[in-house]
Amino acid sequence: MIKTSYLSKTVQELQPSGIRKFFDLAATMEGVVSLGVGEPDFVTSWSVREAAIASLEQGHTSYTANAGLLELRKEITKYMKRSFNLEYDPYHEVVVTVGASQALDIAMRAIINPGEEVIVVEPSFVAYAPLVSLAGGIPVPLATKGENGFKLTAKDLEAVITPKTKALLICSPNNPTGTQLNKEDLLALSHIIEKHDLVVFSDEIYAELAYDEEFVSFASINGMRDRTVVINGFSKGFAMTGWRLGFVCAPYELAEAMLKIHQYAMMCAPTMAQYAAVEALKNGMHDVEDMRRSYRARRNYIVKSFNEIGLDCHVPGGAFYAFPSIKKTGMTSEKFAERLLLEEKVAVVPGSVFGTSGEGYVRASYASSFEQLQEAVQRMRRFLENL
Amino acid sequence: MHLNTNELEILKLIENNGRIDTADLAKMVDVSEKDLEVTLKKLEDMKVIVRYMTIIDWAKVDEHQGVTAMIDVKVTPKRGVGFDEVAKRIYRFKEVQSVYLMSGVYDLSVTIEGKSMNEVASFVSEKLSTLDSVISTTTHFILKKYKHDGIVFVQGDEDKRIVVSP
Repeated sequence: MIKTSYLSKTVQELQPSGIRKFFDLAATMEGVVSLGVGEPDFVTSWSVREAAIASLEQGHTSYTANAGLLELRKEITKYMKRSFNLEYDPYHEVVVTVGASQALDIAMRAIINPGEEVIVVEPSFVAYAPLVSLAGGIPVPLATKGENGFKLTAKDLEAVITPKTKALLICSPNNPTGTQLNKEDLLALSHIIEKHDLVVFSDEIYAELAYDEEFVSFASINGMRDRTVVINGFSKGFAMTGWRLGFVCAPYELAEAMLKIHQYAMMCAPTMAQYAAVEALKNGMHDVEDMRRSYRARRNYIVKSFNEIGLDCHVPGGAFYAFPSIKKTGMTSEKFAERLLLEEKVAVVPGSVFGTSGEGYVRASYASSFEQLQEAVQRMRRFLENL
Repeated sequence: MHLNTNELEILKLIENNGRIDTADLAKMVDVSEKDLEVTLKKLEDMKVIVRYMTIIDWAKVDEHQGVTAMIDVKVTPKRGVGFDEVAKRIYRFKEVQSVYLMSGVYDLSVTIEGKSMNEVASFVSEKLSTLDSVISTTTHFILKKYKHDGIVFVQGDEDKRIVVSP
């Protein structure tokens, strides 16, 4: 019989995600209005789904090249050029992965040596620190503050750099805060990166969902392309979460190293999803635009409504999350989320699951229908009034 | 005419929901409610917003009797006025829901609503085909509406997402 003691130390030390607990609780309840969902409320565009069906009809059911279909890699490089003005070689600098999550995993494993530190900007996506640990690295959380709209500053970054620091892991627009870094922000950070010779893991999965300022890729900042791994995918912007399809763009040496891991650990990303993604990049940009417009309207609505009912909320520049402060209630974010769920059946995610700097906030996803958002606001207003 | 970003945004938002509360709409577009009302009035006056309508699935209502037909009409255009004159003569009938000038093998596409097939048939034979410029008509009755004005009539898909995810 397998005992816990047989398990690897790394895994034993890994904490299960705090999101899990809320999922288990909310899943058992009826009539829940959920603002806890970290994925689009749109179903993948029909033309994209249809392309996958057609690929099956034509019998495209075998492996693809390890790095992904060449046609898809070419479409990806065209997309990177037209959207972010970045040039990548489709033959050597792109790897199609199983979601942006796997892209992160192979990026970490390709670069980190045991004991090296990776700065993880928090509040952050729950998988970042565990992925660093699994790759043998040491995640170093770097807290951003609500007062600054959760923006990372060059000063904060430099303060946590040690001789062991290897890389910076950053996500803009951010999950869970929605904060987007503009060109000036990235430029300021790039000087520190260069000075300390760091690698940048730039998770740009929400690049298509920027509402006020133009999205700027970290790799497009002067001098950054050659030290940046751009992680992106189809889940958020193209509403394709369940397809599990992402990609990395990186300079030749890095991409080849990641491909080595990918070919042994994964072989290739699902073929059907790759055909769908080709269609998404070729003909799906109008749908992306429609979805962006819809999210923007809902963001404006939810942020204003939260501020009206007494939850201070900064205006998130992108993604589909509002991150209001619940400090006034005097509750911990976990207590707040638990009581809100039990008393008013509204699911939000406590900020603390995204790192200690998320304490005092909750993440409310506005990727839900307008009617659901209205209902959620009404219930939250009542909840706050009855405290 | 050229509209600004906010005006376009408003049109996109009300296109599929004419009943949206102005306070909510103002929040979504990030303008004051008063400014929103001024903009709406302006768009109405300019006839950019022509009318607020409702899409009703009459097939679900037992009390409703009615049929819709789409009629391909071939006509002889007149010197000087082209197709406009005959189109006008057709669209003035209250039974006529829409009239489009088409490319292809026929000229006008006319949608007619009537209480029964007989009513539509007599409209076509007595009113439409007797017009001087009309050369021929082909009538197609609509049997079932699956999608109308961008709206699918069957029940929408429910939310299949898990309730809480990272």
